[in-house]
Formats: sequence, C-alpha cells, structure tokens
Amino acid sequence: MPRFSPGRRIVLTAPYLWILAFFLAPMALILKISLSHPVEARPPYEPLFSLAEGPALWLEKLQALSLETYRALIDDPLYLDSYLSSLWLAAISTLLTLLVAYPFALAMARAPRHLRPLLVGLAIAPFWTSFLIRVYAWIMLLKDEGLINHALMALHLIDAPLEIYATSTAVVIGMVYSYLPFMLLPLYAALERQDPALREAAADLGASPADIFWRITLPLSARGAVAGSLMVFIPAVGEFVIPDVLGGPQTLMIGRTLWSEFFTNRDWPMASAVAILLLALLILPLVVVERLRAEGEG
Amino acid sequence: MGALFRSLVLFAGFVFLYGPIAVLVVMSFNASRLVTVWGGFSTKWYASLLEDQATRHATLISLEAAALSSTLATLLGLCAAVALARFGAFRTRTLFFGAVHAPLALPEVVLGLALLSAFVSFGLERGFVTLVIGHATLTMCFATVGLLAALRSCDPAQEEAAMDLGATPLQAFVLVTLPSIAPALASAFLLSFALSLDDLVIASFTTGPGATTLPMRIYSQVRLGVSPQINAISSLLLAVVGVALALSALAMRRKRA
Repeated sequence: MPRFSPGRRIVLTAPYLWILAFFLAPMALILKISLSHPVEARPPYEPLFSLAEGPALWLEKLQALSLETYRALIDDPLYLDSYLSSLWLAAISTLLTLLVAYPFALAMARAPRHLRPLLVGLAIAPFWTSFLIRVYAWIMLLKDEGLINHALMALHLIDAPLEIYATSTAVVIGMVYSYLPFMLLPLYAALERQDPALREAAADLGASPADIFWRITLPLSARGAVAGSLMVFIPAVGEFVIPDVLGGPQTLMIGRTLWSEFFTNRDWPMASAVAILLLALLILPLVVVERLRAEGEG
Repeated sequence: MGALFRSLVLFAGFVFLYGPIAVLVVMSFNASRLVTVWGGFSTKWYASLLEDQATRHATLISLEAAALSSTLATLLGLCAAVALARFGAFRTRTLFFGAVHAPLALPEVVLGLALLSAFVSFGLERGFVTLVIGHATLTMCFATVGLLAALRSCDPAQEEAAMDLGATPLQAFVLVTLPSIAPALASAFLLSFALSLDDLVIASFTTGPGATTLPMRIYSQVRLGVSPQINAISSLLLAVVGVALALSALAMRRKRA
C-alpha cells in the first residue's frame, strides 16, 4: 500500500491486524486442530506446525494430518442427529417467526406516520436487554407448574399440565421470541418503503384487498422476508443458550454438542471438527447474506 | 388492514414481546418462591443480593470488561469504517470487508472456540485480558457496520472543503466529520457495551478463573432452576437498560426538536 500516507496506514493497519490476530488466525487454527490427533496434554491436541521446527519437519507433519476426527464424527450418529435436528429446529423457528412477524411488521408499517418511530423503538428495545434473561423468563411461563399451565388449568381448558418446558417445543418458542426483532426490522423496512399509490391504483382498477395483498404487498416485501429469515436461521442453527436453558436432555442441537464436547469431554479436535462442519453447513446462507449486504453497499 | 385489526395485532405483538419480561419483574417482588403463588409484595430478594459477594464481584467484572471492550471496539470499528468508506479500493479490501462482517453472522460457539484455541497457542493466560479481547473482537463488527453507514451518509465534499481551506486531513476529519457522526459513535459504543454485558458464550470460552462475568453467574444459577434472586438481578439489569434507552430516546427527540 505505497500510496497511503502514514496516518492512513495506521488507520487501516490497527483494525486489520486485530482481525488477523483474533479472527482469521483463530479460524485457521481450529481448522488445523480439527485435523490433528487428540493427546492427553495441555493443549489437548498434538501441535501441528511450529515455526521453530523449520520447513524440513513441516512436510513430515503435513503427512501426519489426519481426517481421523472427521471419520469419527461421521461414524457417530450423535453428531449427524445434532446437525439434522439443529437445521430442523432452526427451519421451523424461522418459518414461525416469519408468520408471527409479518402481520406485526405490516401493522407497524401501516400505523400513522408519527407513531412509527415509537413502534419501531419498542419492537427493537428487547434486543438491547439481556438475551439470557429473556430466555430464562420463559421457564417461569412454560414449566409444568408455570404460569401458562396454571392459567389454562384454572380456566379448565386442560386437565393435566402441558409438558412444554424441557422439550424441543420450548426451544422453538424461545427462538421465535428471541429472534423476532431480527425478522421485524427488515420486514418493516420493506413494507414501509412501499408506495401507497400502488395499492390505491390497484383498488381503483377493481382489485380486492386480498388481491392487493397477494399481488402487490407480499411480492414487494419478499426481499425483506428473505433477509429477515436468514438473520433468524443462521444464528438459530448454532444456538447454544436457548436449547440449553429451555430444551430437555434429549434436545440435540449442534451448538450444545460443541459446547459439551469442549467443556465436558475436553476433546478439542472433535469440538473443532464440529465447528468446521457447522460453518460448512452455514456457508450457503452466509454467502447469500454477504451478497445482499454487498448489494446494499452498492 | 383496518384500524381496529391493526391495533389488535400491535397489542398482541407487544404483549408477546414484553409479557415474559413483565412476569419476570413482577415475580422479583413476590415474597413466595413459587411462580403461581403470590406471597405478598417483598423486596427481600433484592436485599439478599446485597449480601451475595460472588454476584457483586461478577457484576463489577462485567462492567469493567464492557467499558474496556466497547471503547476498544468503537475505536477499532471507527478505523475499519474509515478505511472501508474513504480509502477507495486497496488490495485485500474484499477479504478485510468480509472478515470485519463475518463475526456478525458466525455462531458464537464457533467464534468462542476459535478465540480460545488462539489464546492457548499464543500462550496467553485466560482471564480478564482475554475476555476483553474476545468481546472487542465480537463487538467491533457491530460498531463497524453502524459507523460505516454513518460515514457513507455524510458528504465527503465537506471534508474536502475544509482541506481546501488549509486543514490537514486529520483536522478535517476531527473537526468536520467526527461531530457529524457523533450519534453513530455513541450508539456504536452503547451497542458494544450492551452486547458485552449480555454475552455468555464468548465469555465462557475466553475468560479464566477469577474473571467470572455476571451472565456466567446467572447462567450457573439458571441451571439450578428458577430462583427469585435471579429475578431480582435480572430486573435490576432490565431497569438499567430501560432507563438508558429512555434517556437516549429523549435526547434524540430533543435534538430533533
């Protein structure tokens, strides 16, 4: 970068080095660890490359790279089940979030203009409060002896408590609740931007309100729906807190499997391999998000 | 959508968003330990918090880590945003742009694991310092995105005019651009602060003994089940965030008026 002045160079170098040292290098490192053998030591994996050893040894080490961990990962149904169940729960949660958020965002976008900033503020305010606390609050509502069961039984709608807490259903409820703001914002932005004149023109030409919705409002908000769905789906697949706090022991999700592989089994190569495959799974949605963002960047 | 139906949808939506939070706050004043029994109004759970040394220590650690990491994140994010907005094309700009945005979408468990592996191989002892580095790495991405948008929306011609009148590039930036992106700087700092204060996953991977954060402390108690003390500390946290949000909303309104 020869044409940059010293000042500019500092401005670019500081964040660049930071990202290099604390993001790119660590990501390369877990790829490396996932290819090494677990050993009983600290760190509990066989170091692969070390600058001190010199290039002669590197070749030898390169041959020692092993896919052993990945083979074990594929052979053990626990991991495959975790991946599939994560994708499934994330997909259901995304769909439900979209269904809950759409009418909500539409109502916000069609509210009187002066109220809209307040409504948007109220809709995103929970995002600023603690995620863990908001998830925890649902335990009180969903438990067998919790508020929802108590209310339903008092109203004689059910005889025995619904067993929601510590199941996958509770996890889905928790995800819809926690990620709702991520869906609301892009949807609201897409709906609010629409020119009311389009709907008026369609109505003048004899379109029914249902026609107008299906043929104008919905197609024009499709980009917002796609963006919002990705904003929900991607973090939901790797979610740890929600399945751990609201799910039961049988609720398998990959974030939770990675966590226990690392903290309980102390198997670093396996935890790294799980992380790498999780990224591989998310690469397609991530690329779509990047593309949307790049289009936004222009 | 009719006005009545619209109001109903909005009402239902906000009940869903705020209902669980309201239950939590109400329960923190419940003398009974049971969620379904109202044992009378009581502040005893708040009083018991004062005696809880571990929670107090964890709160301090969290506040210190949030203050330091969000300062770092805002500065790094500002540099990154300036480089992306003003430096035009440079080699590896695409890599830099992608790497700065990637942690936004990356599962937290993956980033946490990657950071920890790096700290171990760099020979950094896990503790408060690694916690701050971890949080700064996560939150600088959020800061960069917000500041980049703010820089894009202010006209570079103003800076150029200042330089034509004899200002150095640094003077032009500090005197012309910086004041106009001040609100974005403030919100980048606040968002980084809030994210750091809230984070459980990155903290669990990157911190060490003696630097347990408040979310880690809450999490370890949540695993033991619902407890009125968690309701009390959670309500306090919500109150702090609520007051901060209300104040910033008021400040924005005053500025506009």
